[in-house]
Amino acid sequence: MSFVQNFPFFSIIIAMFSGIVSSVLDGKKARNVSLIMIAVTTVLSGMTLAFCLGTGESYTFMMGHFPAPWGNEIRAGVLEGLTAMLFCVVMFLAVIGGMDHTAEDVDGKKLNLFYIMIDLMLSSLLALVYTNDLFTAYVFVEINTIAGCGLIMIRQKGRSMSAAIRYMIMSQLGSGLFLIGLSILYDVTGHLLMSPAKESVEALVAAGSYRIPMLVIMAVISVGLAIKSGLYPFHYWIPDTYGYATPTASAVLSGLVSKGYIFLLIKIFYRVLGYDNLVSSQMINVLYIFGVTGMVMGSLHAIHETDTRRMIAYSSVAQIGYIYMGMGLGTSFGMVAAVFHIFTHSATKALLFISAVGLYEVSGDKKDFVSLRGAAYRNPLAGVGFAIGSLSMVGFPMLSGFISKLLFATSALESPRKMLPTLIVLAVSTTLNAIYFLRLVITLYSKPREGDRPLPEQAVRKSSRKLKVAILCFIGLNLVLGTASQPIVQAITDGLAMFK
Amino acid sequence: MIQHLLWNMEETAAIVLFGIGFTMLLLHKNLIKKIMGMNIMDTATYLFLASKGYITGRGVPIVVDGIQEVSAYINPVPSGLVLTGIVVSVSTTALMLALTIRLYERYHSLDLDEILILAKEEEQT
Repeated sequence: MSFVQNFPFFSIIIAMFSGIVSSVLDGKKARNVSLIMIAVTTVLSGMTLAFCLGTGESYTFMMGHFPAPWGNEIRAGVLEGLTAMLFCVVMFLAVIGGMDHTAEDVDGKKLNLFYIMIDLMLSSLLALVYTNDLFTAYVFVEINTIAGCGLIMIRQKGRSMSAAIRYMIMSQLGSGLFLIGLSILYDVTGHLLMSPAKESVEALVAAGSYRIPMLVIMAVISVGLAIKSGLYPFHYWIPDTYGYATPTASAVLSGLVSKGYIFLLIKIFYRVLGYDNLVSSQMINVLYIFGVTGMVMGSLHAIHETDTRRMIAYSSVAQIGYIYMGMGLGTSFGMVAAVFHIFTHSATKALLFISAVGLYEVSGDKKDFVSLRGAAYRNPLAGVGFAIGSLSMVGFPMLSGFISKLLFATSALESPRKMLPTLIVLAVSTTLNAIYFLRLVITLYSKPREGDRPLPEQAVRKSSRKLKVAILCFIGLNLVLGTASQPIVQAITDGLAMFK
Repeated sequence: MIQHLLWNMEETAAIVLFGIGFTMLLLHKNLIKKIMGMNIMDTATYLFLASKGYITGRGVPIVVDGIQEVSAYINPVPSGLVLTGIVVSVSTTALMLALTIRLYERYHSLDLDEILILAKEEEQT
């Protein structure tokens, strides 16, 4: 066994231990520990990815001394490595970009708690990406929820407390459904490890027994994870949660947390329930319809918002809809598009949240359209960052959003019955995206009206260098995803093929 | 049909309880009752798991009198899952209760709708 194969396990455990160590450190040290840890896990995930690309196959890593089908396992392949690396990079940039605001928003004595939550969040995300065991996945889903709740409520201003309780309630509904789904699955198959469970599922499907329980399992697990990732009819917690947390927390929650659950769901689809079974049971169509509705409704809600952070949050609802729409197309190419959109959305939404902070800094920390008028002239880099993020969400060529829309459109051509609705909804949703994002971008680049009072001196603050670096890196990440998409799409295709 | 439900009485009860808890968590206005609903929901899952792991006539899976045969014991995995699940649900309950106390201190209400309205008003002023 090569030494590199230990790295997925190392990265989870390093993240978890730095959280534990941070509990006795003061805020600044905890922050440095966090940053070093995230950098190290990025490198480890990158090396795992390189190893899997080199060997061309995935591997399982036995935890403890019990072999399958009894023990616990970690599994790493190309897709896992790629996702883990992207999650780490986005996390690193989000923490760097929002660092000063975190120090402002969070009470000094509690600053280390914020970074403990970040550490635990990263470890649970990595565990969701790498795990090969369903119950481990459940436990880390809960750790993720608790860390997410901590990230929201640590800023004890405004509506963040009520947002946190709403988030907890919806998350608990999702976890409850996921847990009962796992229990029934364990009951029917007798396994919690993904590979043996899949063998049992296939035997049951071939024998035609346990049809209704299998349908219930599929429905309950999909809906449970859909609630947690904020698919359209279950999205009510999203605007408050993303709108009132600190910038880092907003970027992490919208860019990564919901994606972790979606990645887990995709993994369960392929590695446990069998994607073909989902297609033949029509479950996939339910996700498709929810996704398509979400694409339109999320954008319509976003148009109504005057608070820009809530607007970006509603745009997340629409983008989650895109991902579920891709998963619901029922073709493997649609799934590739969905996974690529996970990457796109992580990179772009974090860019939007972080660059929006740069714009609020120069507008007296106000977040409505009127106050943001001309903000892009007061902070040029944040303005460019926001414009690029918006264009990427709309689907401008060269940026990652364009590639994911292209992939969605081409994969829709493969499924004849869903082709027309998909293309129409893509067009409608893109137009709506353009309406609300470009309206804001135009507002940012308009000269203040003559009657407006000029902003007082203290309302215009200079952005820190860290924020600028983070914005530049996020822009770079978007351009890389947009221009070098071919190898990434190839890696996703290979990775999904390894799931089977 | 009814007979099947009677044969699997524990499982039926578990699913009914799960439904009750889920609905309470989703629809009840009072935060404390929501948390109670969450606990009923989680406990129902544990009842389901425990009843699935139990095999009539077999003993607790702890070897004390030297009997090594598998057929003497019940399935120990569901019990392990239940224990893990209890740990998880205790911590989420504690977190929810702590949040509820904070919200009550701030808004002097346990009604979630009222809290949301108060929070909105507080922001606008």
